[in-house]
Amino acid sequence: MPCDWQPSASIVHLQQRAKLMSQLRTFFSERGVWEVDTPVLGAASVSDPHIEALSVAEHYLQTSPEYFMKRLLAAGSGAIYYLGKAFRRDEAGARHNPEFTMLEWYRPKFDDHRLIDELVELIRYLKVAAAITKISYGELFERHTGLNPHTASAAQFRQLAAEKLDVNWPDDSISLWLDLLFSHLVEPQLNDAIYLVYDYPACQKALAKTSVNAEGVEVAHRFEMFWQGIEVANGYWELTDAAEQRKRFNADNQTRCELSKPIIAPDEKFLAALDAGLPECAGVALGVDRLLMCLLEQRTISSVLPFSYMQL
Amino acid sequence: MATYSTNEFKGGLKVMLDGDPCSVVECEMVKPGKGQAFARVRLKNLKSGRVWERTFKSGEQLEGADVMDMDMQYLYTDGEYWHFMEPQSFEQHQGDATVVGDTAKWLREQDIVMVTLYNGAPLAVTAPNHVELEIVETDPGLKGDTAQGGTKPATLSTGAVVKVPLFLCTGEVVRVDTRTGEYLGRASK
Repeated sequence: MPCDWQPSASIVHLQQRAKLMSQLRTFFSERGVWEVDTPVLGAASVSDPHIEALSVAEHYLQTSPEYFMKRLLAAGSGAIYYLGKAFRRDEAGARHNPEFTMLEWYRPKFDDHRLIDELVELIRYLKVAAAITKISYGELFERHTGLNPHTASAAQFRQLAAEKLDVNWPDDSISLWLDLLFSHLVEPQLNDAIYLVYDYPACQKALAKTSVNAEGVEVAHRFEMFWQGIEVANGYWELTDAAEQRKRFNADNQTRCELSKPIIAPDEKFLAALDAGLPECAGVALGVDRLLMCLLEQRTISSVLPFSYMQL
Repeated sequence: MATYSTNEFKGGLKVMLDGDPCSVVECEMVKPGKGQAFARVRLKNLKSGRVWERTFKSGEQLEGADVMDMDMQYLYTDGEYWHFMEPQSFEQHQGDATVVGDTAKWLREQDIVMVTLYNGAPLAVTAPNHVELEIVETDPGLKGDTAQGGTKPATLSTGAVVKVPLFLCTGEVVRVDTRTGEYLGRASK
């Protein structure tokens, strides 16, 4: 067999990639948001129950620049962005590569809706003509499943999963059922338009503030962008309360324990920065490879990467 | 039998699902950024031939299926069973109509075919992709009909009926694709 040394993406796609990176930097530079190149090798990692880091010599390759960026914000950086690599273990497939390129930015004084507006401005800046729909998670989920994601019971989700997906798990975790039903019944129904989905269920709050909405249910100030049915960006009106952050770390580790996953020590320097005072801000992380997939109408991440995980 | 985690799933892996042996056709990772990872898998049930889609939690395990493909010589049929022989050991195996299925119409005595064994017993029989068989019955060839002409049905020595060009006659040997049942050409001899 001849040795396959060729790049995963065509040279034309790689030139488009270079152009996109340059456009992203210009967009932020024009707005006075400055670039920070935080470390990819860190002493701590995230506690998310469903994200695993790669480790190198007792350090972790960062799954996102979030904690470092929040330390900069607490130190008075003002608006900042990161455009660089992030790493996640066990994530490889048509839409995943363990090493990927992330754009993450933070805006002091913004809330989730104001940051969604800026995300839309960025998309339009890239000369994307696709229709953009802003819709709450509750409305979108209910439209495609018939169930209210904030109030339905695990038993109702279980029954729907059995009917529609032939899945029969005993689990009681609402978040698990939401992940399954949203990814299998909602995402595939999203057409080529761009969807900005806000007000996530409180059980999927991650690092977002929560509040009680007009219908009296607690929602997370978290939003996501989907384009061509692909999850492209995830943002929060950021949690700034250090005590609440500690509780969430503990809850994450409780979940990790139940899933027989390793416990992750909380990042004390990140917590100390929160104690000192993280300014009120909103932040969003965007998968640059996936954005490029959508811009070039490609269905696989390897077709926009110089060398995908399979071609190393 | 070994067990396999969804992380090890790839095309061709044989696993047990709902009590039936299945072959993995393809496996796609579905992973919300912050959420649980799933493996959405297309599997072919090796008993029924049906392909279906199932979703597993990433890391879930399935038992491997004791399934192997082996080249065997087709011997004969007694009407109820079709008999096959392992060429090395001369060990014989038999399968009924549910095992042989549609492949029966391509089986010529002494030809080598692929027999899929499940727990040591035949589960399915697959004919070679291309076979060369003699026409035993067809309407007489028409003079002047060449390549651009129409087609007519021809019965082959194994009982299969395929569409062949009008100029072919009984006694000629034709090459056929068993997956589609299409005539490919006259046998090269």
